[in-house]
This record gives sequence, C-alpha cells and structure tokens, in this order.
Amino acid sequence: MSYFSIPKLSSRVMTVWLRNWDVFMKTYKVNFLPPFIEPLLYLFALGFGLGTFIDEIEGMSYARFIAPALIAISIMYSSFFECTFSSYVRMYYQKTFDAIIATPLSIEEVITGELLWGASRSLINATIMLPILWAFGLIELPESLLIIPFAFLAGLLFATIAMCFTAISPNIMALNYPAFLFITPMFLFSGTFFPLSLLPEAVQYFALAVLPLTHVVTIVRSLTLGAVDGMLVFNLIWIIVATAIFFLLSVNLMKRRLIA
Amino acid sequence: MIVAKDLVKKFDDFTAVDGVSFTIKEGEMFGFLGPNGAGKTSTMRMIQCISPKTDGKLEVLGMDVNTHQREIKQILGVVPQENNLDPDFNVFDNLLVYSRYFDIPRTQALKMIEKLLDFVQLQGKRDVMIDELSGGMKRRLILARALINSPRIMILDEPTVGLDPQARHLIWDKLRSLRSKKVTIVLTTHYLDEAAQLCDRLVIMDYGKILLEGSPDEIVKEQIGTDIVETENNPDVRACLDEKGAKYEVMEDIIQVYTSKPQEITSHLLKECQLGKITARAATLEDVFLKLTGKKLRE
Repeated sequence: MSYFSIPKLSSRVMTVWLRNWDVFMKTYKVNFLPPFIEPLLYLFALGFGLGTFIDEIEGMSYARFIAPALIAISIMYSSFFECTFSSYVRMYYQKTFDAIIATPLSIEEVITGELLWGASRSLINATIMLPILWAFGLIELPESLLIIPFAFLAGLLFATIAMCFTAISPNIMALNYPAFLFITPMFLFSGTFFPLSLLPEAVQYFALAVLPLTHVVTIVRSLTLGAVDGMLVFNLIWIIVATAIFFLLSVNLMKRRLIA
Repeated sequence: MIVAKDLVKKFDDFTAVDGVSFTIKEGEMFGFLGPNGAGKTSTMRMIQCISPKTDGKLEVLGMDVNTHQREIKQILGVVPQENNLDPDFNVFDNLLVYSRYFDIPRTQALKMIEKLLDFVQLQGKRDVMIDELSGGMKRRLILARALINSPRIMILDEPTVGLDPQARHLIWDKLRSLRSKKVTIVLTTHYLDEAAQLCDRLVIMDYGKILLEGSPDEIVKEQIGTDIVETENNPDVRACLDEKGAKYEVMEDIIQVYTSKPQEITSHLLKECQLGKITARAATLEDVFLKLTGKKLRE
C-alpha cells in the first residue's frame, strides 16, 4: 500500500459531512459563540490595548494589522482541532468510522468527509468574524468577501495536516505535541502579530517554506486591506500543492491505521 | 451465498485464518464457534469486506470480497461485537443517519425506521440518547440498524454478549423471525447453548483452522454420542471401562464416558466397579467444544 495512492471517491462522502453538520447544528448556539467572542477578546487586548503603544505598523493601525491574522488563525484552529481531537474521538472512542465502513462507504470516503467537514468549520468561523471586524472598520469590502471561499481551501489544508497527525497518534494525548510544537509557533511567527520582515532572513525563508499559516496570513491580509497583487498566486499555489499532498497522505495513513 | 476456499488471513507474520473452506447456503443460520483468537472475527471481517483477504477464495453471491466491496456491503447487515452506535444522536436519528450511508431515500427510510422500532420494541425510546440505553436496548438498536437496508445476509459477531436471559431470548426470537423471511444469518458466539438453539449448521474453529462442520445434533452425536456418564477418576474405574471397551476421556479428577447407552454403562459401573459418585446427563455442544479445543485458557 502506497502513501500516495489516489482514492476512489463517490458522492457518499457528503453523508459523512452531513452527519457532522447535523451534530454541529444540534448545539449551534454553543458552536457559533467562540468565533464571535474570540476576535473581540484579541482585538481589545492586542489591537486596542497593546496597540495604543504602537503608532503605526506598515502604514496602518495595529488593530487593522492583526485583524486578518485573527481570521487566519481562526481558520487554522477550527479545522486543525476538528480533524485532530474531534476526529480522534469519533475514530477511537465512538467507533463512528467503524460503524460507517460497515456500509457501502469506504474508509477513504469517511476520511474525505471528515476533511471537508473540517474545512467547513473554517469557512463557518471565518464568515462569522467578517461582520464583526467590518463593524470596527478594520476590513475592506468587497475584497474581504473572497475570504469566505478562501477559508474553505485554507481550512482543508490544515484539516489534511491534522488528519495525518491523527492517523499516527498512538493516543489522544499525543495530539498535544503537534498542537504545541507546530500550531503554537505558527500562531506567533507567521506574520501574525508582527511583520515577517522583522525576523532574520533565514528564518523568513524557513517560515515561508514550512509554516502554512504564513501563506494564509499573506492572502487574508491582502484581501482585508483590499490590496490584491499578482504575488499572491505564489502563496495560493503553495497552499494548493500542500493540500493535495497532505490529502493523499492523510487518507492513506488512515487507511493503513484502520484497515488491517 | 457465501463460499470460502482455502481462505487465508495474515497479519504481518501471524496467521489468523489458515486455509479454511466453507459454504453457507441461502436462508440458513450458520455459526462460527471457537475460543478467543480462533480466527472467527477475522473470517467475519473478511466477509464484511473491511479486512482484505490474504489468499484463497472468498465470494459473497459470486462476488469477490476484495474487488466488489461496495456491492457486497450494500446487501449486508452487520451487528459488530463492540457497540458502535453514534452517541451524538438519539435512537431515531441513529437509524436515520445510518440510512443515509446506504443512500436510502428519506421517505422510504422514515417508514422503515418505524417498522424497525416496532420490530425491536424500542418505540418508547425513540428520542433517548444512546448513553441512556441499557445494554440490551443497545444490542436491539444495533440489530435494527443492521436491518435498515433490508439485507439479504446478516453478519452477527457475538450478538448477545453481556445480555440478561430475557434480552437474549428476545434477540433469538428476532433472529428466528428473520430466518423465516429467508435472510441468511452468519454468527459467531461463545455461548454454546445459543449456537445449539439457533444454528442450522456450524463450524468449530481453533488456531485459524476449521476442526469440524455439521448441524449441532449431528456434531454432538458423532463426536460424543447422546449422553455422558461422569464418574470419579481412579485406576480401577479405568480398568473396568477398558474391559467394557467404552469411549472415555480423563479430565483431571473426573472421567467422562461418551455413550449412546447411558443406562448400560451406569449399571455396569455400579455393578462391577467400586464407585462413589456417578452421574449421567445428555451430551451438549459444550462437551464437543471442550473435547476439541481443550480446557486450557486462551489469551
């Protein structure tokens, strides 16, 4: 069994997505609250608190600088945690995947449904944040509306990376390692709260090469500022290629784990 | 319906199923018996198309399990060993969500769910979350879930494990009523009385091989006879039995005499040997099982 075999998929993938959507909507009030509250907390603490000591950053207010970062971070967190801890619970504790593969669905379709759901969580959370940030005058319309479809793509990237970790974790606690060693450094060093250009050049290249969030932040920031340029194609291609690689890897790793 | 020939399943260098052959006919209830690790569950998982076979032939309705997974799974109903109901949903939604995996149209699914809730007597619990169900209710719901696609073949791995006698009998009744509708039923069980009650035919497996095959009555009669006379183990008794040419087995401190003429043996033993205790009883599948697989505990 290869690590990069291309899975055969059918429309039944959506029944797995729908299962997760149904569970999500049963507690939608709780689920819609964090994407409302989180950006407000960060905005007040960093943007309007810490930001008062910063006159200007790259020609804009600090709140305006971090607003797109908050969206990008939310995209990363929602799909990453959905496809690590939540997927692990469904796979290992609830045996949901085992129950589904007894039906005509294949394990590849189950995992693909989970990944699409993770990406949908990113899209939902990013969409909820937009009107709040707009109300504070921190993002430009209509360019910022492009963040909605982009959140799905970027969400899919983090979902596929997350699913690879889920596939190789010996237990649920082990998922804390990628959360602390991969997600937290990205949260801080991807051009989120200060420009990437402040870092030593070597570190900048490192960030661009292996920290997916840098590309997501760059694209989201261009959209919120309404300053789209051709260089974004490079970021977009990086995201698409990485998503394709990690998609194949995650599906095959999961197959290896669950089908003996 | 299901044909296996020299079927093999290997996990790395461990051989779980070692060249078994069997044929399961339409409408029969077929049992796989054996101690833990005998290869029963591995065989079931290969029939279910969730564990690819390593070698040999395994066909369900003439379709190979390694190449026609989707078509085979469409007509199977599966009751797994471990309860894997969806704890995020209530009883009704468990069935509805499951029906979608089979692409059953919603209106048809809703009708089916009502029928199934009646069938397993869970109408009163339709809005209850899974965690609040008793063990017996969970098993019944799993049975209902396995029937959502009107399967032609049911695969049940230990369907009554951990249930009280009432719940077991209810499941047995349901399985018999399915058989009467010509559904083919394949099951594994550790309860030998269950196998004797339900199965038309069964195999006893150990160490990945099939030791014997037949109907429960046939197997008992062939291997043991109709009755067992038990008496204490001492050299005099053994000499006495040898003289009579009886078939017997020594099990630590007791001797079991396999026979179809218990009165004769008993009176012979009582008359001619010096005996303390002696009991005669009908032979069961359990006697065959222990005779074939031994009394040593399995991991």
